Amino acid sequence: MDAQSITTKERMAIPRQEMPSQNPEVRSHNFEEVNLGYTKELAQREAQRCLQCKSPACVKGCPVNIKIDQFIKLIAHGDFTGAARKIKEDNVLPAVCGRVCPQEDQCEKECVLTKKYTSVAIGNLERFAADYERETGQVELPQVAPPTGKKVAVIGSGPAGLSCANDLVQLGHAVTVFEALHELGGVLMYGIPEFRLPKEIVQAEIEGMKKLGVNFVTNAVAGRSVTVDELLKEEEFDAVFIGVGAGLPWFMGIPGENLLGVYSANEFLTRVNLMKSYQFPENDTPVFNCTGKNVAVFGGGNTAMDAVRTAKRLGAEHAYIVYRRSEAEMPARLEEVHHAKEEGIEFLVLMNPLEFIGNEEQWLTGAKCLRMELGEPDDSGRRRPVPIKDSEFILPIDMAIISIGNGSNPLIKQTTPDIDVSKRDTIVVDINTMATSKENVYAGGDIVTGGATVILAMGAGRTAAAAIHEKLMGRKED
Amino acid sequence: MHKIVSAIFLAENIKKIEIEAPRIAKKSKAGQFVMIRVSETGERIPLTIAGSDTEKGTITIIVQGMGKSTRELNGKEAGESIHDIVGPLGAPSHIEKFGTAVSIGGGLGAAIAYPTAVALKEAGNYVITINGARSKELVILEEEMRAVSDEAYITTDDGSYGFHGFVTQKLQELIDAGKTIDYVLAIGPIPMMRAIAEVTRPYHIKTMVSLNPIMVDGTGMCGGCRVTVDNQIKFACVDGPEFDAHLVDFKNLSDRNKMYLPQERQAVEALTHKCNLQKQF
Ligand SMILES: Cc1cc2nc3c(=O)[nH]c(=O)nc-3n(C[C@H](O)[C@H](O)[C@H](O)COP(=O)(O)OP(=O)(O)OC[C@H]3O[C@@H](n4cnc5c(N)ncnc54)[C@H](O)[C@@H]3O)c2cc1C
Ligand SMILES: Cc1cc2nc3c(=O)[nH]c(=O)nc-3n(C[C@H](O)[C@H](O)[C@H](O)COP(=O)(O)OP(=O)(O)OC[C@H]3O[C@@H](n4cnc5c(N)ncnc54)[C@H](O)[C@@H]3O)c2cc1C
Ligand code: SF4
Ligand code: SF4
Ligand code: FES
Repeated sequence: MDAQSITTKERMAIPRQEMPSQNPEVRSHNFEEVNLGYTKELAQREAQRCLQCKSPACVKGCPVNIKIDQFIKLIAHGDFTGAARKIKEDNVLPAVCGRVCPQEDQCEKECVLTKKYTSVAIGNLERFAADYERETGQVELPQVAPPTGKKVAVIGSGPAGLSCANDLVQLGHAVTVFEALHELGGVLMYGIPEFRLPKEIVQAEIEGMKKLGVNFVTNAVAGRSVTVDELLKEEEFDAVFIGVGAGLPWFMGIPGENLLGVYSANEFLTRVNLMKSYQFPENDTPVFNCTGKNVAVFGGGNTAMDAVRTAKRLGAEHAYIVYRRSEAEMPARLEEVHHAKEEGIEFLVLMNPLEFIGNEEQWLTGAKCLRMELGEPDDSGRRRPVPIKDSEFILPIDMAIISIGNGSNPLIKQTTPDIDVSKRDTIVVDINTMATSKENVYAGGDIVTGGATVILAMGAGRTAAAAIHEKLMGRKED
Repeated sequence: MHKIVSAIFLAENIKKIEIEAPRIAKKSKAGQFVMIRVSETGERIPLTIAGSDTEKGTITIIVQGMGKSTRELNGKEAGESIHDIVGPLGAPSHIEKFGTAVSIGGGLGAAIAYPTAVALKEAGNYVITINGARSKELVILEEEMRAVSDEAYITTDDGSYGFHGFVTQKLQELIDAGKTIDYVLAIGPIPMMRAIAEVTRPYHIKTMVSLNPIMVDGTGMCGGCRVTVDNQIKFACVDGPEFDAHLVDFKNLSDRNKMYLPQERQAVEALTHKCNLQKQF
């Protein structure tokens, strides 16, 4: 089909192209990626659905304002590498964001087709372009500006730190990334599972940054191995960017949370993803043996979906999501909820855990739960869940995974008291520059916003990089 | 990769290993630990920093072979390397001039308590050390302990050396003899630390213990190391590892440490099987 000659009416007649995926029966037993990606044909067909709006609303919906209309046009014309490069002008991790962005709340929500039809599958197209460029070996290293003689330290190698480092190194600064863990990538490596984001993709991005000259130091915990002040004074860094993420998992504060078999989602996912305990005993780190067991995950976000689907893959007989509100309020990406259901995850909504119950040896045997119903709408118009009287019952489970969010890791705060933090211990910044209250120290990502998204963390890293550059090079005269 | 500078057995199954780690050596304080991953496929295990040499850029750890990871580590010789080391982690021991401070080590605990005993001495305390072992061959760091102590006692369960009995009995003896004790630090197996807490509780002697829950990251990210102290959840790797002995829920700690018993056995079996195979060929 010729991309130019097609009429608007014809465009609107094309249905949204489904993303091919592994059969649920099969994939719920393996860790390979669920989504298989568009073929060239599917991608071009989907790209033809885009109306090429004069003032594209989708672009405003994207936190980093990717030139969506333009890259989609390139795909429609068959210039896939060109599309990837167009995206990379604004987003350094398109293969990641195409997979994990909550598109239905961002770019795709604003697409003009959303109201009457279904939106253009912007995320799927972004993923396709980035994968095409990488898989065909056409990734070009960007130009690096001549050395500026300035040194910048980046703390944390999650999306915020990586994007900040990537921009700064291209601007000619000497960049060193300090990462607490033994592997780079932050949540992209230890949180989001392989079946949703293959680690190979994250590694390829990091390899590219190494080639550009970013120096990575693993096993370096800022605040312990080296403090922010030492980086600035003794190691003579001209600026520091803090992108240490959220960390510190919350528990529910109900009785029995320390029983054996109760995990935080962070611990469960770290054991499985980072420490590869699904390959025990080839890898030394053990994890609770889920085979034939009943596992309940408490929460309704992306982390909860990742944890429950991981438990299913590890052989759980019943894998439940237990959520206090109704499904409509779940913060997880729609696609993850959909995929989870296909894989046989059982959703127990409007249910509130009161207590964990254990046996003699202190192993978890059940969760006492209370059923809820939606009450009258509150001031915001949302119907709040209220307990149903005498509806208590015991859900028999062998393993519980708590996934109700994270607080801020205290290490930076404890060791750098002159960085202002909020009541919730998040770092306070000027949102235009990401500058903290401490001279030459910037911060961004989950440590500033609390648990948010990959694309927001990335955007923050880039904003900080631009501000750091300006500060270090002196303001340009205009 | 971190090179092992020296590795010598102090007693059967207990090895002292000195490793190159300049950044950690520079920063480490008494009471802190490192997380070590022996190999690419290894687990992350916490080990106390038993000493550091800023000039040589090395740290020393003392390791007791328990399961797969510690046995593998104890099999390493000088010249070999360790895949990952991160630290120093945990809050340093609280050091001040208390007056008379008693440092109590049970088994390997002696090694873990040693740097803190040194720091307590340097802070001007009258330092008493009580170190217990099952029998004479398992006594470690005796000379080092004597050198930092104003009074040093060794106890053995079987009476083969020093005081015949448990460290708790020796401590009770000192209290009964009218010694004013202002501070106690106890490090060792959970039952020992729990017993010490009961000895000092009636006398309201400030008593700290260093807890050893199972850890993964060691940076406060996973919550696996949570312990119950004063009915609240604390993360031992960032809030500890030292806590007020009179407020610790030792039962919960000892239960939680049994979480992976079947897997630990499986790992050791696989390891011994591998060693036997290697012997055959
Ligand atoms: C399981 C899970 C699933 C998710 N799914 C999605 C999704 O589908 N879509 C989406 O948009 N978002 C998702 N998120 C959220 C998203 O991953 C985060 O918002 C994002 O990773 C934040 O990026 P960051 O760079 O701020 O922090 P992180 O990715 O958390 O990275 C921080 C890094 O800093 C390191 N660090 C911490 N402390 C120190 C220190 N003191 N010194 C040195 N290094 C340190 C950490 O080890 C880590 O590597 C998910 C999160 C989780 C946990
Ligand atoms: C802060 C701290 C400091 C420590 N310092 C020392 C030290 O200086 N020298 C020393 O020999 N040992 C020390 N330990 C204990 C040491 O970490 C464990 O013996 C070791 O992890 C056991 O691993 P394994 O594979 O050899 O044995 P396994 O067979 O796996 O386990 C044996 C026992 O060790 C504990 N354990 C297992 N895995 C872990 C883990 N990842 N983290 C913590 N405990 C675990 C469990 O209680 C288990 O039952 C310390 C522990 C902590 C928490
Ligand atoms: S980065 Fe995310 S929000 Fe922006 S266009 Fe891509 S998928 Fe949409
Ligand atoms: S709003 Fe939708 S149709 Fe319009 S340019 Fe964006 S993606 Fe295309
Ligand atoms: S070991 Fe993970 S929080 Fe302490």
